[in-house]
Amino acid sequence: MNKLLLGRFIPGDSFVHRLDPRAKLLTSFYFIIIIFFCNNFVSFGVMFLFVLAAILASKINLGFFIKGVKPLIWLILFTVSLQILFTTGGEVYFKLGFLTVSEFGLVNGAYIFFRFVLIILMSTLLTLTTAPLSLSDAIEYLLRPLKAVKFPAHETSMMLSIALRFVPTLMDETEKIMNAQRARGVDFNEGNLMQKMKAIVPLLIPLFVSAFDRAEDLALAMEARGYRGGEGRSKYRVLRWTLKDTLIIVSMVVLTALLMWVRN
Amino acid sequence: MDIRFEEVNFTYQPKTPFEQRVLFDINLEIPSHSYTAIVGHTGSGKSTLLQHLNALLKPTSGRVILGNREITPETTNKNLKPLRKKVGIVFQFPESQLFEETVAKDIAFGPKNFGVSEEEATRLAAEMIELVGLDASYLDRSPFDLSGGQMRRVAIAGVLAMEPEVIILDEPTAGLDPKGRKEMMDMFYRLHKDKGLSIILVTHLMDDVAEYADYMIVLEKGKIQKDGHPREIFSDYAWLKEKQLGVPSATEFAFRLMDEGVQFSQLPLTVAELADELTANIKGDLKKHE
Repeated sequence: MNKLLLGRFIPGDSFVHRLDPRAKLLTSFYFIIIIFFCNNFVSFGVMFLFVLAAILASKINLGFFIKGVKPLIWLILFTVSLQILFTTGGEVYFKLGFLTVSEFGLVNGAYIFFRFVLIILMSTLLTLTTAPLSLSDAIEYLLRPLKAVKFPAHETSMMLSIALRFVPTLMDETEKIMNAQRARGVDFNEGNLMQKMKAIVPLLIPLFVSAFDRAEDLALAMEARGYRGGEGRSKYRVLRWTLKDTLIIVSMVVLTALLMWVRN
Repeated sequence: MDIRFEEVNFTYQPKTPFEQRVLFDINLEIPSHSYTAIVGHTGSGKSTLLQHLNALLKPTSGRVILGNREITPETTNKNLKPLRKKVGIVFQFPESQLFEETVAKDIAFGPKNFGVSEEEATRLAAEMIELVGLDASYLDRSPFDLSGGQMRRVAIAGVLAMEPEVIILDEPTAGLDPKGRKEMMDMFYRLHKDKGLSIILVTHLMDDVAEYADYMIVLEKGKIQKDGHPREIFSDYAWLKEKQLGVPSATEFAFRLMDEGVQFSQLPLTVAELADELTANIKGDLKKHE
């Protein structure tokens, strides 16, 4: 559980940390979209250079990012090998029944691999450099236009901030209950699938109970402090768009142009 | 079961950006049948130290010797059950570990995991519920229908039902009313005296340390600052003040009396000792006056 780096936040004070969360969120989304326009190794190279520059600007050790990809390596390899084995076309190197290793397959496999790694790196960078609460602020801001179609933007973002706030608390709670049950002889890692699933029960039930208890307490405490929903509420954390945020958006335009140029 | 720590260090999530070193060169020895108190501020490493006592955590370096088992950084998770049967831990707010449909099943859960038969586990449940001060009528109820204090008792019964040799208590009375607190602590003391259980108590309540413990460890910032008999440690009032740890209320009172010139043959730790000393003093005074 502690190995997964994606979704965690490392406080810092770098260029990337100080960017407006809206700019970061938009950039990351956009980046993930344009990855699908890459169709040769040069275009992937360009994207890699961009991510590398962003990582260097975040002043977070590159090694952590590489470690962050590791837990997902099986998923990546699985997809890559499917891609390699089931794509036909070009020169055929190996054939066994319906499995073929062909030139196109290998190239496609490599593309998928780079795509995965790039997407993971970019989203890891986003969550590592953005505090969860400012991320949910950014989402609320970006969802605001949807209010026109009666979309509950405030409620959604409140739910999101509460959910994000309780991720570490629930993780601690899980750890605590796991330890307590381990001390009572539960083995979470041993036995066959059925036994493992059974071992989860003493963990899940207390977790549900405590999550509901917590929700009730929190709701009461919020009401006691005068919360009545989004209507007429002011904002304490104000997002500030600055020149560097505009620059980031401009850099994305440049990147897109560059990508279109090197693309086949 | 003797417990020994040799040069134990522990770091959470080593070699990540979240790395945090918590224990520094811990050396300690806790003999069988003793009552040990561990005190220290929040974040001094008490809970981390506790989790080494039944291999929920393994040292980053050094070794922990628990009876005939040795836990080193290389120890695997295999075959730890016999160890965990011998060392029962009552975590903070243990009521959060309840999950079965009935109290009886929940108490029997631990013993069954350690291979005790169904009938034997049921018998143990009935025995333990009495021990923690509830009656047999609770056995068929759902643990979630009970009050917080009753849930606490059921959870503790569940740990006692494993019949451990060492029982570790992490602030077992936090959030209980004064009566429940006293009953609970007296029950643990009886188990210690009658059945010879080793008890390791983590607490902020110096009165409890004075009342029950025969050995005391002061932790600060992951290091053992002092260890010894509570009387020895509580006698250094200035040092404790500096570390912002209190002394038992009876001892505090005795120190104030000493400032007024009252003499004690030994430093009183409990109200009973203080009363004895004071009556002795008064008798002495009366004799002088005669």
